[in-house]
Amino acid sequence: MASDTRAAVPLIKTVNLHKWYKGVHALKGVNLELGYNQVIGLVGDNGAGKSTLIKILSGAHQQDEGEIHFEGKLVRLSSPRTAMALGIETIYQYTAMVPQMSIARNIFIGREPVRLRIGGLGLLDHAKMAEESIRAIRGVELHLRSPDTPVDELSGGERQGVAIARAMYFKTKVLILDEPTNHLSVKETNKVLSFVEGLKSQGITSIFITHNLHHVYPISDRIVVMARGEKIADLDKAETSIEHLTELIV
Amino acid sequence: MRKIAKALLSRPEISALVMLIVVVAGFQIWAPTFLSQGNLRVILGIAPELGLAALGVAILMISGEFDLSVGSVFALTPMLIVVLIGKAGIGPWPAMAIGLAFASLIGLFNGWVTLTFNIPSFVTTLGMLFIARSFTLVLSGGFPPPFPPGMPVDVFVVSLGLIRASLLWYLGVALVLFFFLQRSNFGNWIFATGGSGQAASDMGINTRRVKMICFMLCSVLAGFAGIIQTLRLKASLPSLGLGLELEAIAAAVIGGCLLTGGVGSVVGAIIGALLIRSIDNGLIMARVDADYFKASIGALTIIAVILNTYIRRRASNIRG
Repeated sequence: MASDTRAAVPLIKTVNLHKWYKGVHALKGVNLELGYNQVIGLVGDNGAGKSTLIKILSGAHQQDEGEIHFEGKLVRLSSPRTAMALGIETIYQYTAMVPQMSIARNIFIGREPVRLRIGGLGLLDHAKMAEESIRAIRGVELHLRSPDTPVDELSGGERQGVAIARAMYFKTKVLILDEPTNHLSVKETNKVLSFVEGLKSQGITSIFITHNLHHVYPISDRIVVMARGEKIADLDKAETSIEHLTELIV
Repeated sequence: MRKIAKALLSRPEISALVMLIVVVAGFQIWAPTFLSQGNLRVILGIAPELGLAALGVAILMISGEFDLSVGSVFALTPMLIVVLIGKAGIGPWPAMAIGLAFASLIGLFNGWVTLTFNIPSFVTTLGMLFIARSFTLVLSGGFPPPFPPGMPVDVFVVSLGLIRASLLWYLGVALVLFFFLQRSNFGNWIFATGGSGQAASDMGINTRRVKMICFMLCSVLAGFAGIIQTLRLKASLPSLGLGLELEAIAAAVIGGCLLTGGVGSVVGAIIGALLIRSIDNGLIMARVDADYFKASIGALTIIAVILNTYIRRRASNIRG
């Protein structure tokens, strides 16, 4: 029963989203519906409006017109914090992690467990951070040496793994991944793809942004194609093929 | 064993600590009175003044910004206090509160201009270096104003045998800042902001507010350090703290702060300031021409950064 009502209301619904940057109409009335437990591939050439769309969904930028509904409720994503509080987490291409900081400190940036809280300040609960980050990392089947390892000692794929572990730890409902396989080796790419595929079984919907169809096609349930600020196609995987999608993009 | 080696080498202040030991041992051999009680009293009596300023500069540097105006704020704050007492008849304690509040406003201004107009803090605070120094001269009217009676000299700089009260203030402030920077969630935001501002703001950290607070903290500490020196000298000189900004930056960098932000520590800034003061004093004790002081500090800064870079690379190559 519960699953029926869940299915009736989309997890995220955007209605007629518009965005202008200094006179450039970057997003032209995008309507999108995302369901539960899906991997959605968001593809398109450079400048198609993919990053504008995800910046709005992640709370980093705000739409100039249009509405966003989350679990059936109209929401205003005024900051990354608001989006994260709802359960929308974003992993950006280059900046998911602070390289000099340890894995444990990175996982908890901005959401540190603290003791002796006074106002918003408190002392870090190091023991909890270490314990929980080990657990979070195990959740994505990453085997790292220690939660105190600085992130800049990890490979690109391991970093993405930690970022995904972070999102899962905080019970994210939607995970937006911005070009997560860029600049990764083939082996690392496969690892990240299997992380993303594994998210479905955890009840997480992910939006996978890329311009590499070969990465996103095998693991997606649905593919959304954007061009010039508009959504030009929204297809179930069964209805389409890599060749067909390539034609749409170029 | 490897784990311990790695943990040790990963500390940003490790090379500064080694250098401090080498420098102290070297001076002790060269000038055997270096570690005498009398001389230690001299070093420990003046070290807190640079030390306090260096703490602020270090924390600001970790957040990814610079402050070149600390030397001028170091002079302006006590000058304002002395003039408020002497000309406006305000009591010493309220005057000190006003002075430190004014210092925090200078930090606020530095931060606001830097972040609002998105210009390098190097430029903003270079401008403030001249502005605050100029105001110090204007306030003094060209002469050092008389040192007002009833100033709380004992509270801040009374001699307690080997040390002065200022060392206790310094260690107290350092302890609070240690917890603030290295043990609190706000400290985690400072490191994140300086290490990768974009990542920090993507994770919902208000990096602008973090930096503003660091700018203000830096100016307040510089002002407080200036007050302490003024109380020790019992004179408010318009030339106070000339060149202090560069010593403070050198202390922070020697102590392991990365110029680009995201790396550094409170203990490192303390060791850096102690090193500079030890060299300053040791050269005199060894009867070397005092003009070599700046050359030594310069060489030390360069060597420290080379060492820090080398050690950091070695540490990350150890699989722990």
